Amino acid sequence: MCLAIPGKIVEFIPDIRSLALVEVAGVRRRVDLGLLDDDKPAKGDWVLIHVGFAMSKISEQDAIEQMNTLAMLGETEAALQEIRGYGLGEEDSEQPAS
Amino acid sequence: MKFVDEFREPELINKAADEIRRLADPSRHYRLMEVCGGHTHAIYRFGLKDILPENIELIHGPGCPVCVLPMGRIDDGLSMAQDPNVIFTAFGDMMRVPGMNGSPLEHKARGMDVRIVYSPTDAIKLAQANPDRHVMFFSIGFETTAPSTALTLKRAKSLGLSNFSIFCNHVTIIPAIRAILDSPDMRLDGFIGPGHVSTVIGCRPYEWIAANEKKPIVVSGFEPLDILQSIVMLLRQLKNGESRVENQYKRVVPWEGNRAALAAMAEVFQLRPFFEWRGLGFISQSALRIRDTYAEWDAEQRFNVPGLRVTDPKAAQCGEVLKGVLKPAQCKLFGNECTPEHPIGALMVSSEGSCAAYFNYEHRKTAMLTNISASA
Repeated sequence: MCLAIPGKIVEFIPDIRSLALVEVAGVRRRVDLGLLDDDKPAKGDWVLIHVGFAMSKISEQDAIEQMNTLAMLGETEAALQEIRGYGLGEEDSEQPAS
Repeated sequence: MKFVDEFREPELINKAADEIRRLADPSRHYRLMEVCGGHTHAIYRFGLKDILPENIELIHGPGCPVCVLPMGRIDDGLSMAQDPNVIFTAFGDMMRVPGMNGSPLEHKARGMDVRIVYSPTDAIKLAQANPDRHVMFFSIGFETTAPSTALTLKRAKSLGLSNFSIFCNHVTIIPAIRAILDSPDMRLDGFIGPGHVSTVIGCRPYEWIAANEKKPIVVSGFEPLDILQSIVMLLRQLKNGESRVENQYKRVVPWEGNRAALAAMAEVFQLRPFFEWRGLGFISQSALRIRDTYAEWDAEQRFNVPGLRVTDPKAAQCGEVLKGVLKPAQCKLFGNECTPEHPIGALMVSSEGSCAAYFNYEHRKTAMLTNISASA
């Protein structure tokens, strides 16, 4: 729960405000950007994710270092399990309303 | 120093360790509290204790949300889910936390509909997928997770979702630090401030500790080098007789915090007059409740919550360990009846709990060394 997981914004979800597709170590899930309203990230930016919400923008270097820290803490698997679990474990299944 | 070679920048680690030894006055004993459970985990995992001189003692703080939650709240949450129409949802960390009659996972084994979610918004998704059932989300955490709960509540309201509620157990870090400083048996020289909580609240809320309590506080990152650098910064202040708030984790923590997150929290939550913390007792204005404007989604207002007060198992000394009065291994149950596989107290459940961290790294290491020397 208190893991901060670094992810890269790969795509914004059309028509759904404040949701983006974020990639973490090859896993893509929807992440809520609503807490970054004051400093909106762009495609390609890196963010730190807590419980499905992006909490802060970080540099790519910091993202790599955060991933290393998770690995050193033995938390990589827990972090990936959390990311995979977002959206009740379904891979971006929810299509935006057209 | 068995882990130093595995660190990313061993030369910088060694440099920081040298600086710590240079700054630490050998005639003094330093007691520094790392507030955050994530730091506790990192300190044990990285074996940082072995790097520090003996007169620097790290005291583990209250920043592990499942550890400070009194057992009665778990039973309160579970009591609402006795209704077969209710789906109980919580983060994975909560699932093995013992209540009076077992953990959520044990209740699930007995037939309760208990499900893990990794994000509170997924509890909303579950409610939408199960319109005939009521989905209750058991929310816990400090300011790191409270903003996500706030946005989830705002979303539930905008969707007009009537079969969803949140059992709010969010706590705030500053009153807990104040309670620790007020406790007469606790003497501390400074604080390693929490990293991710501070991304939300920023550094200003700590200024009173520096100004009124004359204790330095350094907001720190989680890498081994971050923690050692924070200790260097604390020792430097102590040497110069200073007490300031410093930010070692500038790359992530803005001094002013996250305004959008604070605004969402202010809209949805208000402070409870008081709240019980395991080990620390009742602390005034230390927890959040859901505002009446969101009453429809507040499990405490929708359900008849018994308001249980359950004392911890008598032999377990979680309270003393939480306050830093006892070290984990000094508890009578540690490593015998209470282990990460069969936790009796919450500090043994979460990887951020000091007992679990101590057990997984120190205790297992000692046991291994004893076996090696016995067989040699």
